Amino acid sequence: MKPTSTRFLPVADAALDSAQLQRALTTATGRFTAGRLAAGAELANWQSLRNQGRAIREEAIHRLDELLLLLEQNVRAQGGEVFWARDGVEACTYITDLAHRRGVTLAVKSKSMTTEEIALNDALDRAGVTPIETDLGEYILQLAGDTPSHFLAPAVHWNRDQVAQLFVDKLGIPWTQDVGTLTRAARAALRRRFLEAGMGITGANFGVAETGTIVVVENEGNVRLTTSAPAIHVAVMGLEKVIPRFEDLEVLLTLLPRSATGQRMSSYVSLLNGRRRPGEPDGPTEFHLVLLDNGRSRILADPEGRESLYCIRCAACLAVCPVYRRVGGHAYGWVYQGPIGAVLTPQYLGPEAGAPLPFASSLCGACRDACPVKIDLPRLLLHQRERVVEDVVKRHSGFGALGARIAGWFLQTPARFAFAGALVRTFLHLTGTGRWLRNVPGPLRGWIASRDLPKPPARPLRDLVGK
Amino acid sequence: MGLAVLRVLERAGHPAEFPAGQTCCGQPLFNTGHRAVAVSLARRTIQVLQPYDAVIVPSGSCTAMIRAHYASLFDPADPARQEADALAAKTFEFSEFLVKKLGLSSVAASCPGKVTYHEGCHLARELGIRAEPRALLRQVHGAELVEMDGVDQCCGFGGSFSVKYDRVSTAMGNSKIESIKATGAPTVVSCDPSCLLHLGGLLRRQGVAVTTRHLAEILAAENKP
Repeated sequence: MKPTSTRFLPVADAALDSAQLQRALTTATGRFTAGRLAAGAELANWQSLRNQGRAIREEAIHRLDELLLLLEQNVRAQGGEVFWARDGVEACTYITDLAHRRGVTLAVKSKSMTTEEIALNDALDRAGVTPIETDLGEYILQLAGDTPSHFLAPAVHWNRDQVAQLFVDKLGIPWTQDVGTLTRAARAALRRRFLEAGMGITGANFGVAETGTIVVVENEGNVRLTTSAPAIHVAVMGLEKVIPRFEDLEVLLTLLPRSATGQRMSSYVSLLNGRRRPGEPDGPTEFHLVLLDNGRSRILADPEGRESLYCIRCAACLAVCPVYRRVGGHAYGWVYQGPIGAVLTPQYLGPEAGAPLPFASSLCGACRDACPVKIDLPRLLLHQRERVVEDVVKRHSGFGALGARIAGWFLQTPARFAFAGALVRTFLHLTGTGRWLRNVPGPLRGWIASRDLPKPPARPLRDLVGK
Repeated sequence: MGLAVLRVLERAGHPAEFPAGQTCCGQPLFNTGHRAVAVSLARRTIQVLQPYDAVIVPSGSCTAMIRAHYASLFDPADPARQEADALAAKTFEFSEFLVKKLGLSSVAASCPGKVTYHEGCHLARELGIRAEPRALLRQVHGAELVEMDGVDQCCGFGGSFSVKYDRVSTAMGNSKIESIKATGAPTVVSCDPSCLLHLGGLLRRQGVAVTTRHLAEILAAENKP
């Protein structure tokens, strides 16, 4: 997926103007949040589970080097291959080379934001391997040539009528609004693809170091088919997804589905230990784990930003974010959306490419309260704001940080502060009559477009009672 | 609003000073990524407030800046770090001070009719102050507190966010205004002047007959039977 994060505002404006999108976002995020709250409330130890989940993720990131080597060793011991990919190009090349060596021309894929991150589908296409998305939402997007707007429900911005028309155009079925009929049409089209494909590609929710187990959660059964029907299974895993112990899954597989969809458990949880063993009737004959860095070790090296690697991609922060709920996922311009996306994108792509994102937040903190592993997202957003100021604003324009320096100068002594206050007061009193202003030129244009501005009192408090 | 704060404190038998040396706590600069400028403002704020036993801040988000963020601005080895901690320990949000420190159980104020309370995000989420302003409002003579739907939802102000991302900010504010209107209350009360500036501006532009009041202004209104 090509990044367009710098275009936040125009995409957000278009989203605000789309009544259909506003309805879809309100409905979906409302359902996710209600589900999460109910699923958490029924467990008396929910808060303690969050603390445990946090501790597991902290430990995993703290011991990342050692745990990854253990994971590699255990995957290899089960007959799997492990490839360490420095970046997306290395990961894609490994997978397309493998496809060429095995004569694979068709690959089925389950939903994986990590493969979106490295634009694997484009690489496969260029290499003459046809990728087929098998998650219903991803399948819709692939048919439409669209991109995900939510990392759990990638087609959350689509409604039933749009899918109906898409299926008429692309699958040649008669127009119907019936969700069951539409789903069956997708299922029929996809089912034979699983059998024809030479390779199945998945992401990974977790990689258990001590057992070499790759864990994938899903609700549609397409992961089961992707990992069992084709002869080769390739799992692409961001290297932060490793966890120390099998028993950690008890906590994380409680937190993840309940925080994501409000389910007690996903419909399917696949615990995959390598390839088909001698004597077993089915399963892939080859298993490849691609461990993807692609900027993650750079994030690890930043003590202030490291916490973002704890994320387990439940998308609870998207559903509660008042900004995401109004602008949708495309405004964030890349694979990861909402508050965590606003933190991850500038770290992965550099502060320049993600510059508007950390500022697209009122810092209300709803995300921090919702996060199952208690990531302090407002703190991370502030850290990214500082990085944007340091690396982009100051570097690219001598005037970029001038406003802040001038403000700092005026705020440094009470006399200057009072002088600045008098300037603003005089300006606003000259701007209009009455207690409220409707038209203020200059930097307050954005304010005055939708809001009146009260005139400041004629005399400031410090003149009246200052000691 | 500032005079109302002083009046309420005086009436509660706890007169306060307005230190004329103060300027800005630095939160707007901290929140826009200008850390160095924020650090210099934090240093001077710490010095200006140093002589006082308690600091009362009639703004949830300024209180949160001092209590939740000041220490993080300084290296642990920097003496300012300890001073920041000391300031945080004696800094209280206005309603918190009245309820927790003064144990105020009755207020001589009157505001007949329905009022609804807007919960600032930093006040509620960062400082956990939810009960105190409501407890005070319930004591106001004649006031009927009506909770709005989605009271924990952000109003959309967010400092520079309200200007840079003005349409998103306005959309968030408009949802809040629908919730306020649905309560039927003619007055919305908050402990955060900046939320009130934003909500008041929207209400005024849309011609909605709801007035915005800081909690101190409600508590300062004399109880004239």
